[in-house]
Amino acid sequence: MAASAGGMNRFYLILGGLAVAGAAVLAALTLRKPAVSIPANAAVQVSDTSGFHGYYAGSDSAPLTVTEYADYECPACQEWASVQFPTIEERLIKTGKVRWRYRDFPLDQIHPHALIAAHAAACADEQGKYWEMNHRIYSWEPRWPEQRDALGTFSGYAKDVGLDLPKYGACMLSARYAGRLQASKAEGMAAGVPSTPTFLINGRLFLGGRSVHYDMLKAMLDSLAGGPAQ
Amino acid sequence: MQADRPSNMRTRMAAALLSLAGLFVSLYLYLYKLGYIGTLACGTGGCETVQFSSYSRLLGIEVPLLGVAGYAVLLGLSLLALQQRGNPRWPGLLRLLSGGGVAFSAYLTYLELFVIHAICRWCVGSAVIILLLFIAALFMRAETETATA
Repeated sequence: MAASAGGMNRFYLILGGLAVAGAAVLAALTLRKPAVSIPANAAVQVSDTSGFHGYYAGSDSAPLTVTEYADYECPACQEWASVQFPTIEERLIKTGKVRWRYRDFPLDQIHPHALIAAHAAACADEQGKYWEMNHRIYSWEPRWPEQRDALGTFSGYAKDVGLDLPKYGACMLSARYAGRLQASKAEGMAAGVPSTPTFLINGRLFLGGRSVHYDMLKAMLDSLAGGPAQ
Repeated sequence: MQADRPSNMRTRMAAALLSLAGLFVSLYLYLYKLGYIGTLACGTGGCETVQFSSYSRLLGIEVPLLGVAGYAVLLGLSLLALQQRGNPRWPGLLRLLSGGGVAFSAYLTYLELFVIHAICRWCVGSAVIILLLFIAALFMRAETETATA
């Protein structure tokens, strides 16, 4: 036989060695700690609250302002964002009837990616793409809550919405909005938010994803205007 | 027996090594899609765009998973083709499957260049690997024909 038994054994040894080395590299990559971590107990600085009161959408002269306290990893928030919000955004926010204010209320005790998701959106806000990133994160496509490390997925979203990736990456590494997230959650707790999503309209809390929808807001606008809103 | 020719054996060894390399590239991309690997080592920045495009799934199956399955089968066939008393049909099957892989890779490369407008280096790497594997499989055929002529 031209290929000797010794030669074949040497080949199998090399192949096996390469297989083990490749598996070891992949194992090391999967077991390493995520490169970015957003502290849950960051100290809130004055800069975290001064001049920043949430992410706004819609006209500031709209007759109604709705504050939403939500967590990107909360299934009810995701469902609400996918089912209810697009109609509200199209028919009430873009038409100047409702002003929307989004406040982060990350339930990081039960949702391991909640802080990093909210921080990714904050970093997108730096580049003027907050709402694009908000929608992309709430798409849950792929289902990042089931991922061990969702950072790569958020980087993909950042690329999708047209962010400057090096700037976005530096922002994530700095965790500079950790204090802002804490301040946002503290505001919600002070307002009596018990769960997510919770909405604050005219000083009243509406709990759960079924409490606020297009028809309900339209009826509220009608009553404010003293007749059906056009 | 044609399989005993040293150059033919080297070709089959090369096919096995290429299949293993392709398997690891696909596995790396699939683990990334599952979220086990935080960020991809991708100099072009196009890897995320490609991996999150609507073309990253085929009939509901992640494309990297198709790669993992395909390369695993090709590795198995390459190892079978190395056996002294192996079925003489293994090289033919290897040619057929790697040929299909080349066609599929060509389609994916077309999508990257002209539809998604982003290049994923790992996908290009896989396309090169499957092309080399196909060439190796063709050489197996040529040597078989030479030996049996």
